Amino acid sequence: MSAPSTYVPKSAVGKWFESRLPIMGLLHSSFIVFPNPRNLNYWWTFGGILSFMLVAQIVTGVVLAMHYTPNAKLAFDSVEHIMRDVNYGWLIRYLHANGASMFFIAVYVHIFRGMYYGSYKAPREILWILGVIIFLLMMATAFMGYVLPWGQMSFWGATVITNLFSAFPVVGETIVTYLWGGYSVDNPTLNRFFSLHYLLPFMIAGVVVLHIWALHVPGSNNPAGIEKKTEKDTLPFHPYFTVKDALALVVFVMMYIWFVSYIPNFLGHADNYIEANPAVTPAHIVPEWYFLPFYAILRAIPDKLLGVLAMFGSIAVLAFLPWLDTSRVKSATYRPLYRQFFWLFVIAAVGLGWLGAKPPEGGYVLASRILTAYYFAHFLIVLPLLGLFETPRRLPGSIAEAVLGKGGSAAAVAAGAAQSPNTKG
Amino acid sequence: MASTSTATASEPTRRDFLFIATGAAGAVGVAATLWPFISQMGPDAATIAAGAPVEFDLTPVAEGQIVKLFWRGKLIFVRHRTAEEIKEAENVDVASLRDPQADSARVKPGKAQWLIVYGNCTHLGCVPLGHEGAFHGWQCPCHGSVFDTSGRIRQGPAPTNLPVPPYQFVSDTKIQIG
Repeated sequence: MSAPSTYVPKSAVGKWFESRLPIMGLLHSSFIVFPNPRNLNYWWTFGGILSFMLVAQIVTGVVLAMHYTPNAKLAFDSVEHIMRDVNYGWLIRYLHANGASMFFIAVYVHIFRGMYYGSYKAPREILWILGVIIFLLMMATAFMGYVLPWGQMSFWGATVITNLFSAFPVVGETIVTYLWGGYSVDNPTLNRFFSLHYLLPFMIAGVVVLHIWALHVPGSNNPAGIEKKTEKDTLPFHPYFTVKDALALVVFVMMYIWFVSYIPNFLGHADNYIEANPAVTPAHIVPEWYFLPFYAILRAIPDKLLGVLAMFGSIAVLAFLPWLDTSRVKSATYRPLYRQFFWLFVIAAVGLGWLGAKPPEGGYVLASRILTAYYFAHFLIVLPLLGLFETPRRLPGSIAEAVLGKGGSAAAVAAGAAQSPNTKG
Repeated sequence: MASTSTATASEPTRRDFLFIATGAAGAVGVAATLWPFISQMGPDAATIAAGAPVEFDLTPVAEGQIVKLFWRGKLIFVRHRTAEEIKEAENVDVASLRDPQADSARVKPGKAQWLIVYGNCTHLGCVPLGHEGAFHGWQCPCHGSVFDTSGRIRQGPAPTNLPVPPYQFVSDTKIQIG
């Protein structure tokens, strides 16, 4: 969007339209000629994958809503109706249910990539914060969607998560009553969750537009973590990155379809095929896998209010990352110490996810406490201090130099490659 | 120019008046519209009406048994405690409890065998399992809160005791909840 528009409509109709609404020129400058750093690796393809997953979830979700009934007495049966009676209903529901997991796999890769390569640093702080907002909206959407089948896990997941708000002093109970629309999770709760579950994805789509807008002001970060300076550092979005994104997307969708085809219930819980029963809690209640690290943090703290605050805090701290990391070097490639701490953080986060699925007793609780402490220490102690004590490696002079070395001939090849798409049209 | 600026400084113009009047009317309008949109989130008339008192006959509840019933959509435990369970509940140093409350304050006088409490854990609302845990009351399968035979919190993350709902004995063997 910051790239100069070189778009010239060829047809008379195109010229007539473009002079009234210059949207084709906007798309052309944003997704055809947009200059991307030439060294982007496959970790940068997850933005495209995420866009695809959002569209896939909206399409399958709109179709499911045509067959689903948001009523506490009918919801469970209507989901079984989708699974058994509706033509290909089983497929569309499994695509939607597994699609949520794929969406979260992609977003976690996307977030960790941003952390490894310092994509949150100036001038991309707003871009990063918009990403945190999208992540929060995704979590709210996924949570409310999981309630809709009205199985045992749906019901008790809704009960536990809405009860989190009862931890707040004075107003807590009132907030929970207003979330439920009654004195317990019941039909009004299901109704409003359905309404919001339908709304939020479109809000996500709106914030995604802002996210891409904010991305296109400075352009993408890259594995070297240095800004593009000359045309030699970049390649046009099409065909170089369209084909790269497309290849990664196809491989990712193959994994998605593999889950849907062979193990569609692997990421779910058998208890959710039992209809909601407000008199009995399942013996072992756990949230969906993508919430487990935060769930482990909640359970690690023996105090109700502090546990809830720690859980919300573990997500909120992400928004402050651009200012908690005091190093001016972006990419972990040139930060020998940060690189190690990054992987420790990944291990802590994955470890918390594993512990979140374990019963809250004995050594699991102790391990959760240690990893929770480390999770926060990474953001609040390690990152601020690392920038002061770490000696980064020497940065390359430019992206082209990082990729091609300093040789003049290599630079000529780079210039030639950058030119060719324009000559071939 | 000079005359205009002195005019604005000394007395408000028609535009100033319109600006403040429009703003004030707009603010009142927004607040008045917001109220029904917040209020509709709360319990509706039908839900409140369902909170009418319910009667429950205690005769079929055997000693040691826990029965579940619903009032206002909330789960309630009716527990017919054994003599041993009552003794266990009474022989506790109240000051040592997280939510200090004597057992006598949680049952009706002369009816110590009947414990009536809400059935959702005060931590995050799961249903604790009866006759489980170190204190033989309840244990919550979700986050491990342990309650004693008086429904008081003894271990785990729950901050308060299982609350006692409003109820009274209408006869020796019948209670009315609500």
